[in-house]
Amino acid sequence: MAATLVEKIFSRKCGRPVRAGEVIMAPVDAAMIHDITGPLAVQKFREMNGRKVFDPKKIVLLFDHQIPADSLPAAENHVFLRKFAIEQKIENLDIKEGICHQVVMEKGRASPGEIIVGADSHTCMYGAAGAFSTGIGSTDMGFVLKFGALYFRVPETIRLDIHGDFPRRVGAKDLILALAGKIGADGATYQALEFAGETMHRMGMPGRMTCCNMAVEMGAKVGIVPPDNETWEYLKTRRKGTTPFALESDHDAAFSSRHRFDVSTLSPKVATPHNVDQVVDVGKVAGTHIDQVFIGSCTNGRFEDLAEAAEVLGNRSFHDDIRVLIIPASRAEYLKAIRKGIVEQFVAAGALVEAPCCGPCMGGAFGLLAPGEVSLSTSNRNFKGRQGSAESFVYLCSPATAAASAIRGEITDPREV
Amino acid sequence: MRTWKFGDNIDTDAIVPGRYLTIYDPVTLASHAFEGTRADYAKNVKKGDVIVAGRNFGCGSSREHAPIALSGGGVRFIIARSFARIFYRNAINVGLLPLVCSDADEIADGADLVVHMNEGYVESGRKKYAIEPVPGFLKEIVDSGGLVDYARNLEEVETCTGSRS
Repeated sequence: MAATLVEKIFSRKCGRPVRAGEVIMAPVDAAMIHDITGPLAVQKFREMNGRKVFDPKKIVLLFDHQIPADSLPAAENHVFLRKFAIEQKIENLDIKEGICHQVVMEKGRASPGEIIVGADSHTCMYGAAGAFSTGIGSTDMGFVLKFGALYFRVPETIRLDIHGDFPRRVGAKDLILALAGKIGADGATYQALEFAGETMHRMGMPGRMTCCNMAVEMGAKVGIVPPDNETWEYLKTRRKGTTPFALESDHDAAFSSRHRFDVSTLSPKVATPHNVDQVVDVGKVAGTHIDQVFIGSCTNGRFEDLAEAAEVLGNRSFHDDIRVLIIPASRAEYLKAIRKGIVEQFVAAGALVEAPCCGPCMGGAFGLLAPGEVSLSTSNRNFKGRQGSAESFVYLCSPATAAASAIRGEITDPREV
Repeated sequence: MRTWKFGDNIDTDAIVPGRYLTIYDPVTLASHAFEGTRADYAKNVKKGDVIVAGRNFGCGSSREHAPIALSGGGVRFIIARSFARIFYRNAINVGLLPLVCSDADEIADGADLVVHMNEGYVESGRKKYAIEPVPGFLKEIVDSGGLVDYARNLEEVETCTGSRS
């Protein structure tokens, strides 16, 4: 019987045909915890009488939200998790590697057909590697730490067939913002969003990660791209001994809905305060005053994102009245940017380039906004108070739009600079 | 029990802002609930009060601080037209009951409200509003009082592969 990609992942795991809507206790291939949700997960694990974690090798532990420790409570949380890692013999990447989702991907911890959970909502990003991966809370994670398995309701799939070539300075972020505007903040609740079609097939892993990362902004359980050569190439050096196999939705699978989307006429998009689905063409908000520009996050902090911003910047400087924060998503991406001279270019232009972490997107660490201030950000959420005061404003955009706007000192169409 | 009425797309940053995520104590978290978005809530919420909201309540982050901040203030039920997925699971896991009610918009802020869980409705202003039952697999967790109590005495679980872990 015809099946979706996600149904096939659960079917492979269970050794029998599994259909959307079924509720099953499935073993997980990896579990990720970080400094914010980790301490509570460990506490819940212990309250559940957990003594030994199910498999220390399947747990990814790192700190990215409040690093280096920005307060005493944060420092204490870090110590608490370091002790837990030693006690349970879990490898602790600590503050060294970067944002959890980027690190899971680049360390090859997510692979096609796997089932992965993370105590962070943007865990839905590893679908870019063809895995079923989803965000869970700390209590569910406590359960996973003890049993290595969790109840899943196998989701229905919304299939998106993406076609066409992106126009100049329009890319994956504009696509996913456009889709968020179309589908809505709860349009994919409890479902999988499958990104397929020739445009996705031609898109590199960074763009796929950007798209899958924001699936949760439409309520989706996972964003997933059918694995292809690009996926297997990406994993070749990161996951030794991985053998490619076919994994895709059958053409006659039962999708809950199916949409075709052409990117060839797409304009740069901006999500306006305070909801991710309030999306407009950049022209509609061009000229809007901004105080801070943030280029980074698990959505858009990869080398390719930084290079996109650097291409727009050229040898110009950022506007004097704007604070520009640039934060690579990981140590590996940071190094690539340093070696290509991009970090020097940003610093020379007037930006602050910070070490890899979640930065202002966490809304509690640094780079916060005062009442009335406006941020233009390449991250994934523009909720009220997301980057500081509940009376501040966050607009979301692509790295190209962020760079163009940082040069002009106001929201600017990247095709015009 | 009074009703605290909210609109659509109430996100977890609104329920508890990011700067309080190093806190795990329910009562302290409750003192910051809706800080910056609804000033009268944290000061006045009482044990047994009910939150009523529109669509997509709890969207955004997986932070369990959000349902804890609500239950820490004495709330046991949230009635909404719909819930975001992670928040829904988190709420059940910590013993806070998310109840789907397609007519939640009709219930007024400040109204008295009684939840008739087993009978499948809530009552406010002499009107009854149907609520959907919690899905079967989560009912057991609800009946245990949350996932911790459900899991505490389990030594292993049987997975779909047939193996026990």
